[in-house]
Amino acid sequence: MKTLTYRDAVNAALHEEMELDPSVFVYGIDVGDHKRIFGTTNNLVEDFGPDRCFSTPLCEETLVGFGLGAAITGQRPVNVHMRVDFLLLAMNQLANMVTTWSYGSGGSLRVPFVIRAIIGRGWGQSYQHCKSLQSIFGHIPGLRVVMPATPADAKGMLKAAIRCDDPVLVIEHRWLYDAEGVVGDLDEIAPLEGASILRPGTDLTIAATSWMNVEAMHAAKILGKAGVGCEIVDVRAVAPLDDTTVAASVAKTGYCVVADTDWVPYGLGAELAARLHERCFDSLKAPVKRVGFAFTHCPCSRPLENLFYPNAGQIVRAAEELLKLPPVDLEGEDFYSYERKFRGPF
Amino acid sequence: MEQTLAVARQLYRRMYLIRTAEDAIVKRYHENDMKTPMHMSMGAEAIAAAVCLAIGPDSLCVSSYRSHGTYLARTLETDRFFAELYGKCGGTADGRAGSMHLSAPEQGYLGGSAIVASVIPVATGAAFSLKRLGRDAVVAVFFGDGAIDEGSFWESLNIACAWRLPVLFVCEDNGFAVHTPAGVRHGYASITDIVSRFRISAAETSTTDASLLHAATQELLADMRAAQRPGFIRMHYYRYLEHVGVNEDFAAGYRPRDEYEEWLAVDPVTTQRTRLLEAGVAEDWVAEMERGIDAQVAHSIELAVAAPFPDECILFRDVMTNENVDIS
Repeated sequence: MKTLTYRDAVNAALHEEMELDPSVFVYGIDVGDHKRIFGTTNNLVEDFGPDRCFSTPLCEETLVGFGLGAAITGQRPVNVHMRVDFLLLAMNQLANMVTTWSYGSGGSLRVPFVIRAIIGRGWGQSYQHCKSLQSIFGHIPGLRVVMPATPADAKGMLKAAIRCDDPVLVIEHRWLYDAEGVVGDLDEIAPLEGASILRPGTDLTIAATSWMNVEAMHAAKILGKAGVGCEIVDVRAVAPLDDTTVAASVAKTGYCVVADTDWVPYGLGAELAARLHERCFDSLKAPVKRVGFAFTHCPCSRPLENLFYPNAGQIVRAAEELLKLPPVDLEGEDFYSYERKFRGPF
Repeated sequence: MEQTLAVARQLYRRMYLIRTAEDAIVKRYHENDMKTPMHMSMGAEAIAAAVCLAIGPDSLCVSSYRSHGTYLARTLETDRFFAELYGKCGGTADGRAGSMHLSAPEQGYLGGSAIVASVIPVATGAAFSLKRLGRDAVVAVFFGDGAIDEGSFWESLNIACAWRLPVLFVCEDNGFAVHTPAGVRHGYASITDIVSRFRISAAETSTTDASLLHAATQELLADMRAAQRPGFIRMHYYRYLEHVGVNEDFAAGYRPRDEYEEWLAVDPVTTQRTRLLEAGVAEDWVAEMERGIDAQVAHSIELAVAAPFPDECILFRDVMTNENVDIS
């Protein structure tokens, strides 16, 4: 048991699994350059050589197809995309090839293939370096989609993903890279399915993905002052989605806000809301509220950008509407502390 | 000489099997029981037979949706083949895959795809595996000339050359991307010329003589091995039937019938049969082999027709490894 940053937890997972299994290799655009994907691929080239960690030409579609070919012939590839937006170039391979190969071969070929995609804001990244897209990926059968929110999950879920015989997309929020936490040992993995309760409470359920768990914690603190006990459910895995844990929480609280790092329409909030209506309709005291990206393109200018990305303040307001509480004074709350740490440029 | 004869016999066995199996499809497709879009290999038999034989059993292959030839040349089996075409139990994927996604991984045929060019990147990854494992083998990837219009062909070509991967790119060139001729699609004169500027062994053929195609492939493989680099071979052929389906389509007006007649005069299956007889193989031997294949195909169709349709549970099987996962 030791304490690591999320960044180092990702790095440790890669190191440990590459050490344990020679069929694991890491490749992608810039994985071996001096920046090392925000530090997450540090020392892999040095420790395992350029045959097991290498930078590639810029050809996302072929890189994902390459991973499929390697995976069905005995390797366990890990392909990294520095922005999830870039993965859109590989949607053909992902939706038509990687996710169908097990099915089409009658299960003779499995696809132990991990894709890491990074999401999250800096400042000024505009509308092609900003997306999250988990609902699009979660919509495709045959793909596991996970969004670790803690260093423990960052390490444990990546290790589990590498050992899994299904294709797994691991979506990492770059702001989480500096978060510190206790992580598991060499042999410990974290399940790729199942939500977890990050904070117990009785009055309101906040189901959150990735960075929105941090915002949810902040919101819970503010709402706590008004006497509202928030239960925060970290969704962890978008596909397969554990609605049982969320429904059990809502059965207790009667209210639910889904806080997602993605656009709201057709998103995870819509999926969860539908499932909660199916599973615990009688427990719901009000319709499910959804918080996410503003349904527009991400603008460059900072004040506009702040309106695009959801934060704790919006979760608080959603909770107040649900619980019919008067709005608390949010003056003096610091909602953008993290953004102020960012010094750019990328 | 003996070795050449043995190769000639093996080539003919494969080509006769492909032709016989496809003749049976043509004959029975109208019954509407094989409910899968057929992209027929008729006219291209020599390519699949020659390349599959030349690369050897340790090599791997992947193909496009026009894959009957590749599958049969590689596996020589027809039970699973026809069961899959009929959507029945016992097919290559118990009816989940169909004509466009046949596979036989245990025999090194990793599968096919219905998205043009999409298997080419897969071949590069499989070749990377072979290289890592130190195997003396290649991955042959079969694709039509339409695939060279796609970006992933060029991306994969680049990666294979940059990383010296043992990929054999096999362009089965029938001159059309569906119905659009090469002349209106290409901003260059010769794909082989362009590809040969990469660090690759490149060749081009226009014969329907399987023995010559086999020799050309072997020569290319030897060059690839010596230079430790990938290979590209463009093999011209004539697609006898429509792009998809089992009928002729000369009445559509996009290609003249006499073109077909010219190619038919050098039909690959007939040519190879003549070669065998000329080389002194007894006609009785040839006829007996043909009767054996006729019986094999007829029996496989009987089995497929009699086989049950897959159980409902097959619908979800092998989407993921854990079948108990609730993904609804």
